[in-house]
Amino acid sequence: MTVPLRIFFIGGITAYRGLINWLSPWIFLPTLVIAPIFQILLFVFIGRSAGVESDEFYVIGNAVQYASIPCLFAMTHAIAGERSQQTLSYILVSPAGRLPLFLGRALPVIVNAMFVAAFSLLVSGLLLGIDVPVSSWPGIALVIFISTFSCTGLGLICAGVGLRVRETAVLNNVIFGLLLIFTGANVPIDQLPGWMQAISNRIPLTHGIEAARQVADGASLGDVSGLLATEAVIGIAYTLVGYAVLRFMELESRRRASLQVA
Amino acid sequence: MRHAFRLFWTGWIFNLKNLTLSGFFMLNAAILPIFYATIAYYMFRAGTRSGSLLYVSLGAGMMGIWSSVLFGSGGLIQWQRWQGTLEYVIGAPTRLIFVLLPMTIATASIGLYSLATTLAWGWLIFGLPLDLVHPVWFVIALPAAIFALGLLGLVLASTFVLLRNANSLSNLLEYPVWLVTGLLVALSLLPGWTRPISYVLAPTWGIRGMREAALGGDPAIPVAICLGLGLVYLVIGHFTLGYFEVRARRSATLALR
Repeated sequence: MTVPLRIFFIGGITAYRGLINWLSPWIFLPTLVIAPIFQILLFVFIGRSAGVESDEFYVIGNAVQYASIPCLFAMTHAIAGERSQQTLSYILVSPAGRLPLFLGRALPVIVNAMFVAAFSLLVSGLLLGIDVPVSSWPGIALVIFISTFSCTGLGLICAGVGLRVRETAVLNNVIFGLLLIFTGANVPIDQLPGWMQAISNRIPLTHGIEAARQVADGASLGDVSGLLATEAVIGIAYTLVGYAVLRFMELESRRRASLQVA
Repeated sequence: MRHAFRLFWTGWIFNLKNLTLSGFFMLNAAILPIFYATIAYYMFRAGTRSGSLLYVSLGAGMMGIWSSVLFGSGGLIQWQRWQGTLEYVIGAPTRLIFVLLPMTIATASIGLYSLATTLAWGWLIFGLPLDLVHPVWFVIALPAAIFALGLLGLVLASTFVLLRNANSLSNLLEYPVWLVTGLLVALSLLPGWTRPISYVLAPTWGIRGMREAALGGDPAIPVAICLGLGLVYLVIGHFTLGYFEVRARRSATLALR
């Protein structure tokens, strides 16, 4: 029992530190601390220009949605990055259980994404004078945790695809853009056409963003339990699919002898 | 004169083809602006203030042009360095600015994909009418904006190279410039202290010229200011590029840093 736990915790953190070693403060601060605040400001002012929704709508929506940057990019790099460093074959030839091996890498990603979402929510809220009661913060923290877990499941799928596709940055940027549209971060879901709403209801972050907005408006966790349960179920489903994609890609790479070449 | 024109044409077309083959650039130029245009269409449609679809499309297209310039020109010298071609570029008898200028104009020209895709997307999906009030002025305003942004790219190329983490600076500057130049936001809604920043940035005047040509108004003044700013950027770029070249030669760090 201790071996899988060791692989999950220590292996996950070590891999994260080794593979994301380029994330120095000079990159972390502009990309993950300052940029989300400007994304929020951009959409707040577009909202004001269009005369639609409140500032709070965009602050919460974009703060939670921006967590997808670490969830997608870091998760992809934490696995597909092994290939570029020529260490993927050593990992996959080891007898380590694949579940703790892959999921362990998700843990630091979730912590990082939670920080990004919470910090941008706090700072942009202060800048724009958004009044979120202190009593709502623990609930919002839980919502952010479930949302980032859910989005990390999507990141796991991208990581699996990243074992076959070279342009993972392009793929992740496209998914980030799609999440901006479909999660309701900026456009109220009921304003989207029916087919887009159907997609919105089946992807990570949509229910988390809605739950965070309701909690910020004073709803209790019990009031948003349905939204949170849906977000968690979506997260579990995406994680399972991600794990299956990774296993499939691993087997395919072995069969085609293309582990390091893609 | 013929030599200068041939140099410009060769550098421009080569870099244009080079960037067109890059998935990352094509994503920035052609796909991401569509996402922002789509969001803005729905936001303006849901809002209480009317915003023309053409207004949104042009703004989103200009967002793509700025992204291309920011990432393409900002990292231009650094990429030459990584590819081992910087020594040849500097060692050539032609002055450095004449080699880099067509490249930075090419990064701005790549942004034409942004404009084309956002207009085509708006027309196909949202029924955007492509009726321009002053079509001749639009044909003047568009290259003027490309030219000015390309020259701004020259300033970025020659200053970002002095920074170790220029890429993250590019990430940092994308949203603020989209915001402060009024590409999708009415400038009157922004705090007054942002106004001087807006006025010294070419995208502010580039988009204003294109919008006044497309939607009605007097595009002559914004186009003239846009071109004037381009010349100011050229002068600044000349000095900053000279500073970089002398510094790199003196300290023998051309291929290092």
